[in-house]
Amino acid sequence: MNKKLFALLSLLAIVSFVIAACGGTAATEAPAAAGDQVEVFSWWTGGGEAAGLDAMIVVFKAANPDIEFVNSAVAGGAGTNARAVLATRLQSGEPPDSWQGHAGQELIGTYVAGGQIQPLNDLYDAEGWLDVMPETLIPLISQDGNIYSVPVNIHRANVLWYNPAVLEANGVEVPTNMDEWFAAMDTLEAAGVQPLALGEQWTKMHLLETVLLGTLGPDAYNGLWDGSTDWASADVTAALDNYAKVLTYANEDSASLSWQDAAQLVVNGDAAFNVMGDWAEGYFRELGKEPNKDYGWAATPGSDGVFQFLSDSFVLAVGAPHPDAATAWLKVAGSKEGQEAFNPVKGSICARTDCDKSLFGEYLQSAMDDWSSNTVVGSLTHGVVANDSWKTEIDTALGAFIADGNIETFQSALTAACASSGPCK
Amino acid sequence: MSRDKDRLLNILLVSPSILAVIIFVYIFIGWSIRVSLSKWKGLTADYTWNGISNYLELFKDPRFHVDIRNTLIFTGVFVVGSIVLGFILAVMLDQGLKGEGFFRSLFLFPMAVSFIVTGVVWRWLMNPATGSRTSGLNLLFSYIGLDSLQNPWHTTPTWGMAAIALAAIWQMSGYTMALYLAGLRAIPAELKEAAQIDGANSFQVYRHIMLPLLSPVTLSALIILGHISLKVFDLIVAIAGKQYALDVPAIYMWQVTFDGLFYGKGAAIGILLLISVAVLIIPYIRYTLRTETEQ
Repeated sequence: MNKKLFALLSLLAIVSFVIAACGGTAATEAPAAAGDQVEVFSWWTGGGEAAGLDAMIVVFKAANPDIEFVNSAVAGGAGTNARAVLATRLQSGEPPDSWQGHAGQELIGTYVAGGQIQPLNDLYDAEGWLDVMPETLIPLISQDGNIYSVPVNIHRANVLWYNPAVLEANGVEVPTNMDEWFAAMDTLEAAGVQPLALGEQWTKMHLLETVLLGTLGPDAYNGLWDGSTDWASADVTAALDNYAKVLTYANEDSASLSWQDAAQLVVNGDAAFNVMGDWAEGYFRELGKEPNKDYGWAATPGSDGVFQFLSDSFVLAVGAPHPDAATAWLKVAGSKEGQEAFNPVKGSICARTDCDKSLFGEYLQSAMDDWSSNTVVGSLTHGVVANDSWKTEIDTALGAFIADGNIETFQSALTAACASSGPCK
Repeated sequence: MSRDKDRLLNILLVSPSILAVIIFVYIFIGWSIRVSLSKWKGLTADYTWNGISNYLELFKDPRFHVDIRNTLIFTGVFVVGSIVLGFILAVMLDQGLKGEGFFRSLFLFPMAVSFIVTGVVWRWLMNPATGSRTSGLNLLFSYIGLDSLQNPWHTTPTWGMAAIALAAIWQMSGYTMALYLAGLRAIPAELKEAAQIDGANSFQVYRHIMLPLLSPVTLSALIILGHISLKVFDLIVAIAGKQYALDVPAIYMWQVTFDGLFYGKGAAIGILLLISVAVLIIPYIRYTLRTETEQ
């Protein structure tokens, strides 16, 4: 009798196991009626980003009271972890309705190439977004005339943060080109001040892209990414020489610092300069620091009049479980109300050009002026100009360079990376 | 009749776990091997046959050379350090001191926390900042007048990996201690006494009596610690993030697959990791199975 019971139980175990294995997560998700929920995937889990997303969700709920908003955010620096989770979900055919992606090649090279996101041209026409978004932005989020994402915000990558008091005490002016910057850092170093604050490896890639831009200028810089500038050229060698020189002014413990640690050195007066995107400004205000008193800003040396941008944008998944609700979400993400709710909190400027300036702080107002008047180029570290594979190869080459300091191998590795994953032949 | 029934029942009872192991271990290993032989790059699966070129590429890849060097440094420092420290702790506890239970738990506790927690704590302890920002162990050294011991820890070029191994030793030496302590307790007291009567001092007793008798324990410790160190990932990421100088195969696999979308290459690294662990473990498992059957 007992044995029969055991046999039955073990059979039951096998059957339930098989069912569980086949069902996956689909079985656990409530089969809600189409249209009454929308799942949005992002890496906005903390600080101004999460608060900004929450503010946008409030706008969404006011406009769509019947749709449940499912916030699937995955924590992790610069979205590395979230993208890994997303890749797994896309491969298993369970896409979220909409997800966050850096506008540009990160989206186009990865998700458009994989056929995982839908064109949004109809939505852009219906909502009149082409008239209110910068012309320069549209080609970067399009391929073959199809627009693939709705940009919510704009960040600037080429910002040089400095401590005004430290510069003044040492009689140093804000540098406008690479040579002035080197001279300024020599003066500071001689005075016993840490000239440049730098953090872990990705912040070094961020520094690299601004030095490439500052040395090559916007046209040759853009050419690096469309194949018209030769990575093996003498100009690029000069830029890499500059980069190697900049690194000599950095703190020795950079490998153990996050971007916040490094940026904090400047506002605390422990270092003079830091190169970081303008999300650093939100962090400074969080620390209770005041603009133009505790920190000042300028375009990175050699990049005055150029806006090196990155943008967070949202997409519509192919096979989205709730396409109508997802479209309703994208409408909010591209709307004036949505962007005005999100950006002042996140510490970024609107992708739209018609946002109310009075909602923004001193730094962001200056960024809005630059966004409408400057030459626009894209950021490497933040997914605009290079696809993920290319960026990873550049990251490996950069890591090797930081370890061995060999510019020649660095340049040949960069040239090889452009050939293997970029447009170079 | 009843024997057959028993057999059927036994098979039924173990079949769920066998099924699970077949699907989630062996089929996936096979699938990974297939991916590692493909040209898959990007989010869409691409099984185009690529032969062993992913592997050949890895053997030429300077970053993979750094990975192998780092793994060897980590394994060497971690395994030797844990075994030596664990053995010393076990011998000390074996002297029948008061409060043995307390110290045993004390040394075992680090094993109860995850590598991530260990990593976060040691990230603070091994802060390489200098000057007014000095903190962690370096600050402690300067307080007690041992400034010469201050060092850049894991940011040391080439040998930074040894600093990471220190954190791993802290975590796992208590476990090795427990292994050795059990081994020491199993050695009959008569052997020790006989040696002492023959005039052996305590060093000689440990060197010529205890250590040889403990060699199965040392082998187990070697295998367990060895396979942990070959697969190390979380500890390094928690202490130092993902950076080239402290790269190991597991981190390279993660980055190349999920950040760079080179699935073929990532699978190749995974298979090489599997092979290196298998080389270490399979002879050990066969040896243990054989001795068990003999008994």
